Amino acid sequence: MTISPSSIEQVIPGQGAMAQPSARARRRRFRFVANPKAATGLVVLGVYALLAVIGPWIAPYDPDARGADVLQAPSARHWFGTTHLGQDIFSQILVGARSVMVVGLIAGVLATILSILIGVTAGYLGGAADEGLSAVSNVFLVIPALPLIIIVTSLVDRASDLLVALIIGLTSWAWGARVLRAQTLSLRRRDYVEAARATGERTWRIIGFEILPNLTAIIASGFVGTVIFAVMSEITLAFIGISSVSSWNWGTILFWAQGQQALAQGAWWWFVPAGLAIALLGTALALINFGIDEFVSPRLRTGGRTRIRTADGRTVRMRVGFTPVLAPTTAAVPMQDTRKDVTP
Amino acid sequence: MRFLLQRVAFYLFTAWAAITLNFFIPRLVPGDPVQSLISRNQGRISADAIASLRVLFGLDSDRNLWEQYVAYWGQLLHGDLGLSFTFFPAPVSQVIGDSLPWTVGLVGVTTVVSFLLGTALGVGAGWRRGSWIDGLLPATTFLSSIPYFWLGLVAIALFAGPGSFFPSSGGYEPGLVPAFDAYFLPSALQHSILPAATILVSSMSGWILSMRNMMVTVASEDYITVAHAKGLSERRVALSYAARNALLPNVSGFALSLGFIVGGTLLVEIVFSYPGLGFQLFQAVGAKDYPLMQGIFLIITISVLVANLLADVAYLLLDPRTRKS
Repeated sequence: MTISPSSIEQVIPGQGAMAQPSARARRRRFRFVANPKAATGLVVLGVYALLAVIGPWIAPYDPDARGADVLQAPSARHWFGTTHLGQDIFSQILVGARSVMVVGLIAGVLATILSILIGVTAGYLGGAADEGLSAVSNVFLVIPALPLIIIVTSLVDRASDLLVALIIGLTSWAWGARVLRAQTLSLRRRDYVEAARATGERTWRIIGFEILPNLTAIIASGFVGTVIFAVMSEITLAFIGISSVSSWNWGTILFWAQGQQALAQGAWWWFVPAGLAIALLGTALALINFGIDEFVSPRLRTGGRTRIRTADGRTVRMRVGFTPVLAPTTAAVPMQDTRKDVTP
Repeated sequence: MRFLLQRVAFYLFTAWAAITLNFFIPRLVPGDPVQSLISRNQGRISADAIASLRVLFGLDSDRNLWEQYVAYWGQLLHGDLGLSFTFFPAPVSQVIGDSLPWTVGLVGVTTVVSFLLGTALGVGAGWRRGSWIDGLLPATTFLSSIPYFWLGLVAIALFAGPGSFFPSSGGYEPGLVPAFDAYFLPSALQHSILPAATILVSSMSGWILSMRNMMVTVASEDYITVAHAKGLSERRVALSYAARNALLPNVSGFALSLGFIVGGTLLVEIVFSYPGLGFQLFQAVGAKDYPLMQGIFLIITISVLVANLLADVAYLLLDPRTRKS
């Protein structure tokens, strides 16, 4: 288990020049948002968060209300069509957004807190505590999480959203803990931590103020990853029909669509919107994660010109490790350094 | 060798943890599921079977927890996982034995193929950064964000209608007897194409991305520059120098994420009514068939552990440093 699983860590065991002049850092404070991937992801996520809050209020119909228009294709009255009972699918999607977002958030926060507690403690303390905690998180990592979640949830009759979120959160912290442990291990012996220790700072202060700020990117990317997993798991549980079918989320819509043979009846509008909503949310979260990855490690960026015309008119293909010196505007700014040296 | 032994010890520990978890889960079941089964099948259930189910659910009130635990292990070592409620007289081990080959065939093969294909594409994308494969990344991200089961539903709607080449459900033509002959094998293959394609499409992008990022990281190492300076061919540097080193973290990542992947792909079986473990689990959950659920969880976990061990052996072969000590 010597190899780090995330590309993030590959970059950090560096050294880096000293911090840039603070004026430059301040001017580019919103660098993360300037990354087109992260910006797209954040905007889409914002729209979803908004829907989660106002969805039930702006829904044109009651999602449970039956109507006379049974199994209708999308129209001006029912944007996403209707179900076999005449329920409005557009309203169901809007109302369902809240449950999906809430479960994702609660499970994500719970798993992140657990992974910080376990990962950072294991990495910082080392020795027997590290061995034990690593073994526990590796066990949780290797045991297939989804079947476990399915079985535990099915023991409870009509599991509520909160319970589903707790179960998912308690079973999905291991990956984050592993990555955090590896990174803490590499930070632990850095000079500034040693200096803090030498000046007699308490352990909790070293962890909280010297180490944690430098783990921000990894914690954030772990959080986003867990939210993706939690949303997928919740929707899966609803689709299989384990969690409560009385409250709406996108999985419930798919559950009814599957149960009523929507496919065989040609009712594509019944399951396409819910699936696209899930996929779009997942893509937005994944884009944010790419943004974090590229923020930490600028090498990973895609795009940009890799073919450059040199002074004598030939074109060369740039390879990784090249630093372009042709145009002063693209001169490499050592991005990660300003972020990394949070603590002076 | 020491590395391998360490890993084996860890997997044994994990297997023990999973079995212990499995021991405690049914003790959370409210009520007495065995009693309801017995009353439903009055007189058709043997005394042995009842005793075995009671051990499984911890309903022998006269024994303490430790004795129950020992009895549970004893039963497990005899391969007795209890009786399935849904397939009533059949023992769980037999139900699982029937469906395991389907899952290994479908999920096992597609997972490995998706890893190999994704890694190969990732090598290309990482080495020639900014090429057309990079443009593909957002599209594959979108595909991988789609839940497997939904992609399966769409695939059925698009490709499997009446009169289509692709069947929409099942593992083989009804009426055929599973055997290795000229009638059964083509039918089984035909039924597995659509589920396999679904899994491939949505699981590949993760491997492309992680391999690409690893290649990009490795490509700026000094030994790559040295290899170029020695005048080695581009192809040789890319494959024998960069890709070989970039592959290592990807292989250990593969081992670690197997649990996630297998969990997701089991859902594809549900959508396609493919007669594997995932579909069985789905049916067991619907029928509250606790012994079958437990048995399937145990088998899935152990299969994932075995796959992990195989990935470790592959790692050992790829990385000479682990062999040295």
